[in-house]
Amino acid sequence: MVETPAAVTPAKATSTAAVLGRKEDGAMLGVSRSSRYIAHVILILGIVIVAFPIYYTFVASTHTLQTILRPPLPLIPGDQFFENYSEALFGGVGRIGGVAVSTLLFNTMVVALAIAIGKIIISILSAYAIVFFRFPFRMVFFWVIFITLMLPVEVRIMPTYKVMSDLGLIDTYTGLTLPLMASATATLLFRQFFLTIPGELVEAARVDGAGPYRFFKDILLPLSRTNIAALFVILFIYGWTQYLWPLLMTNRNDMNTIVIALKKMISFADADTQWHLVMVTSMLAIIPPILVVLLMQRWFVRGLVDTEK
Amino acid sequence: MSPRVVFPNKVLPYLLVAPQLAITLIFFYWPASQAVYQSTLREDPFGLNSKFVWFDNFKRVLSDPGYLNSLQVTAIFSVSTAFVSMAVALLLAVMADKVIKGRGLYRTLMIWPYAVAPAIAGMLWLFLFNPSIGSLAIGLRSLGISWDPLLNGTDAMILVVSAAAWKQISYNFLFFVAGLQAIPKALIEAAAIDGARETKRFWTIVFPLLAPTTFFLLVVNTVYALFDTFGIIHAVTGGGPGRSTETLVYKVYSDGALNQLMGVSAAQSVILMVIVIALTAVQFRYVERKVHYG
Repeated sequence: MVETPAAVTPAKATSTAAVLGRKEDGAMLGVSRSSRYIAHVILILGIVIVAFPIYYTFVASTHTLQTILRPPLPLIPGDQFFENYSEALFGGVGRIGGVAVSTLLFNTMVVALAIAIGKIIISILSAYAIVFFRFPFRMVFFWVIFITLMLPVEVRIMPTYKVMSDLGLIDTYTGLTLPLMASATATLLFRQFFLTIPGELVEAARVDGAGPYRFFKDILLPLSRTNIAALFVILFIYGWTQYLWPLLMTNRNDMNTIVIALKKMISFADADTQWHLVMVTSMLAIIPPILVVLLMQRWFVRGLVDTEK
Repeated sequence: MSPRVVFPNKVLPYLLVAPQLAITLIFFYWPASQAVYQSTLREDPFGLNSKFVWFDNFKRVLSDPGYLNSLQVTAIFSVSTAFVSMAVALLLAVMADKVIKGRGLYRTLMIWPYAVAPAIAGMLWLFLFNPSIGSLAIGLRSLGISWDPLLNGTDAMILVVSAAAWKQISYNFLFFVAGLQAIPKALIEAAAIDGARETKRFWTIVFPLLAPTTFFLLVVNTVYALFDTFGIIHAVTGGGPGRSTETLVYKVYSDGALNQLMGVSAAQSVILMVIVIALTAVQFRYVERKVHYG
């Protein structure tokens, strides 16, 4: 790292005043101005790497197919924005049986919302039972839920498919969402939070004549609001970005989620991939979860650090 | 844990856990037990009869060169993905910890890829780097680098690792930033006054104190690379070219769903379950940061 004379070195042992002076502008002691400039440069490079693929997809989504097929693609957006987006959204895409991207967006939105809300409801109820009630097999239930952490879909692909097709749940919203609604992580998180609620609060509620329902509705739910918001962001993205599950659960094109449909639209083997529509679909698949992350950033970061996965 | 104040209901708690239990039993435990059961059976080619063959499927799987290949592919893929995304994220987090202005903006711009599905991340990278229309592939070619991820196994691996690592940078970045903020500034400033330069301070103070975060991320990234990247492999390479990017999860899928080898696929599922159980045990045994069981 580059150190300039301005940096604090033992040779010019700093006076307390100098130390305080540096602290006032928020800088950390021993970080020189030039190394801070280098930091900015590296961060900007990092952001370019992180943002470029997304930006370039947007650029590609505003050009004609002919322009995309004759690379290199210009770095600035073209003039086909409205044409491409309306064609994809409402016109339908040939490769996926003429299904319009708006249908796919609707499916994905249903799936992501159902999974997020379902997981939260189911988990908060079971955490409530496990923390605020005493009943036989309580800990057995807790472990039964906990162990599901170790059984992701990926390790039981075929038998799960068999169960789903026996139950007639292929190509249904129920099939796409219900099996993913069990959540050990969310249950653990709510349990953790409930354990921090002082017993006196429960006592007081009971003295005032509140039953389990009133306590849950009037005390526990309002207290859990931030946790629920944080979890919602994480789970919405989890639902939106599912891949293996909708791949197994859907055959019909009009039941696909947008991610699966996108995979079906691309082929490198033949030349008829409609890249401009692929790029539009990619953008539409990316924007909703990015908006959720950016608009709910505070809860997102919290939720991420709290759930630790 | 001290005895808590609880509600005295007898039936209500069972009703409250019922939905979660029903889902876990029907969609988790039942299929998982089926996987274990099927892993001991062999079906005839028409799927009409099956007979009990003890651990024969496991023997077959473990002596299959294709499976050993996919073990190796998975190891290379996971280690590279975890290393690349963690190294880049750590560098960026350390830089973000240094700057004063624009910290919030950098964070905001850094967290986008978290919202991108792994499969889409893979497709975006493939779009940039595919040999016929990828704009960046043209750049590589003009630099004299021969590059074709659709035909060359190493190139394909580089592509999927890049996409998988790219997608995970934001996650690691947020955790490293949080980890760096938890390190007492006084420690670092004391070292600065003692004359330790930035690089030295990083390796002797910051990096060791970050160890819990790093270890936690290592476990999470390994799980991510093993399981969540199925979409990238499926959408970008389909395990190819040849079998150069066929990971364990992809192989379970292709043997089971595409080739209908039920016993063999089930045996692989069971092996994967053992791996997940081991990883989860490690995660909760050594990375027990906030989760306490009372």
